Amino acid sequence: MAKTESTLKNMVLTLLVITCVAGTSLGFMYELTKGPIEAAKAAKQQAAIKEVVPEFTNNPGEEMKNFTSKEGFEIKFFPAKKDGVLIGLAIETMTNKGFSGNIRIMVGIKPDGTIINYQVLEHKETPGLGTKMADWFKTDKGNQSILGKHPKKNKLTVSKDGGEVDAITAATISSRAFFDAIRVAFETYTENQSSFTVTSNTSTEEGGTK
Amino acid sequence: MNQWNNFSKGFFKENAVFTLLLGMCPTLGVTSSAIDGLGMGLATTFVLVMSNLVIAIIKGFIPDKVRIPSFIVVIATFVTIVEMTMQAYVPALFDSLGLFIPLIVVNCLVLGRAEAFASKNNIGSSIIDGLGMGLGFAMALTILGSIRELLGSGKIFGTVVFPEDYGMLVFVLAPGAFIALGYLIAFINQVKKES
Amino acid sequence: MEYVLIVISAIFVNNIVLSQFLGICPFLGVSKKISTGIGMTGAVTFVMVIATIVTFVIQKAVLEPFGVEYLQTITFILVIASLVQLVEIILKKVSPPLYQALGVFLPLITTNCAILGVAILALGLEDTNIVKSVVFAISHAVGFGLALITFAGIREQLDLMDIPKGMKGTPIALVVAGLLALAFMGFAGIV
Repeated sequence: MAKTESTLKNMVLTLLVITCVAGTSLGFMYELTKGPIEAAKAAKQQAAIKEVVPEFTNNPGEEMKNFTSKEGFEIKFFPAKKDGVLIGLAIETMTNKGFSGNIRIMVGIKPDGTIINYQVLEHKETPGLGTKMADWFKTDKGNQSILGKHPKKNKLTVSKDGGEVDAITAATISSRAFFDAIRVAFETYTENQSSFTVTSNTSTEEGGTK
Repeated sequence: MNQWNNFSKGFFKENAVFTLLLGMCPTLGVTSSAIDGLGMGLATTFVLVMSNLVIAIIKGFIPDKVRIPSFIVVIATFVTIVEMTMQAYVPALFDSLGLFIPLIVVNCLVLGRAEAFASKNNIGSSIIDGLGMGLGFAMALTILGSIRELLGSGKIFGTVVFPEDYGMLVFVLAPGAFIALGYLIAFINQVKKES
Repeated sequence: MEYVLIVISAIFVNNIVLSQFLGICPFLGVSKKISTGIGMTGAVTFVMVIATIVTFVIQKAVLEPFGVEYLQTITFILVIASLVQLVEIILKKVSPPLYQALGVFLPLITTNCAILGVAILALGLEDTNIVKSVVFAISHAVGFGLALITFAGIREQLDLMDIPKGMKGTPIALVVAGLLALAFMGFAGIV
């Protein structure tokens, strides 16, 4: 097959055709994968919620409430209810004070504010250092764990800043950022606590006695 | 060359990482665990095979002066397809590999094979070349990933071999990548000399 | 203040080569002599900064408004490829000896993952704007140059040494790069 000559017309035409075909196929693929990508994101969110609050019988995703923190972040609250009673809240919080950018955390609290568990959703911290936050503050070693602690009763920040918690070794900034996110979650919760009723007034799903 | 040689050269004689030293960025960047290395290797193989295929088909229509930009658009298209597919069906791997997925488009291996092989050979041979080079690349990445994961955190593919506290953290970090690869290539060079 | 943070972080703490693994091919390929290292740094800086600006504008003015962010990879790489062509043409006219010295590595800047990488990373900066992106790009180019030229200096010495046969060439270069990366890790606590 003879090679096409490198005339200006041919070159422009070729590039135009290739780019158009490329663009169209990508547009097509985009539509095709849009659904599964959304589903994957939703599944991830559901899994994170399950991890940080006790077993629930409602659908936290559907009962989600959005509030804006005083820093301007959108904080999502996922109420976890068992038979109509609020047993916990999964809060998707964030901070912009991370070492390499934003950190998003899903933290589960009891209605009274005690921390149940957390899961780090998204971050760009240094592997082996900041990334340790995924497990560090859950590990029952020294003064690392924040599980079961309460932001009002315990000083939840790194010991360098007068707090009670041991920061991740050599990752003070990431640790500070982590606590910033927790603080944002708790403060926004406290500001909007009235929106979350502990018992449901409308009749419950299963009803009846236990 | 016969098709078996065409396929197998990518594994040893002309292995992308160990011999040709192409695609170094992902080789160092995503091999902190075996599964990441394997995942990246397979994603790259897909792009390699598909772009080799398409380029072998359209090579006659592309004027010589615009062949590199044309190849790049073809490769970029398949990389974006891989990106979308991974995000939809293997989101955990997608998150792990992160920035390096779009960077497949600048993996010198892919553009290199398009230029050196697919633009000069028929469709069948180009596909096999893509498969061989890609899988050889995947093999190299998986080996390096396994070594780094084992030495750095005591696991291979997530299975614990020895407790993480005995691992040498440096191997899952940047310096360890360089050092591990350096010794690996030295070892392979030695093996080649003796065979 | 934030800009100082960006600069120090990009050059030392998150060095594009030694900690983010971008730009390894030219790093290993062009670092045999300090002079070529310097020339490559200049070319990369030019392309990196302009590419980041152009891709930033395209992302904000075209891709996002039209909801076609998935075309990011394609458009960005085309921008970079065109810029490299431009640099080649300019260099040929302005400094033929440098053009010759860089040889095949010049078109290879297109496949320099550092350029595409920095362009994409710049968009991930918090509250990103064009000025931040430019500072980000320049800093990373400086970081690239720092790593490259330091490495070239070491390699020039390495060539004169007696190295075990199996380690000669790439293996010892990689191990040395690893030690350099280890040294740069020391900066991790600064910011």
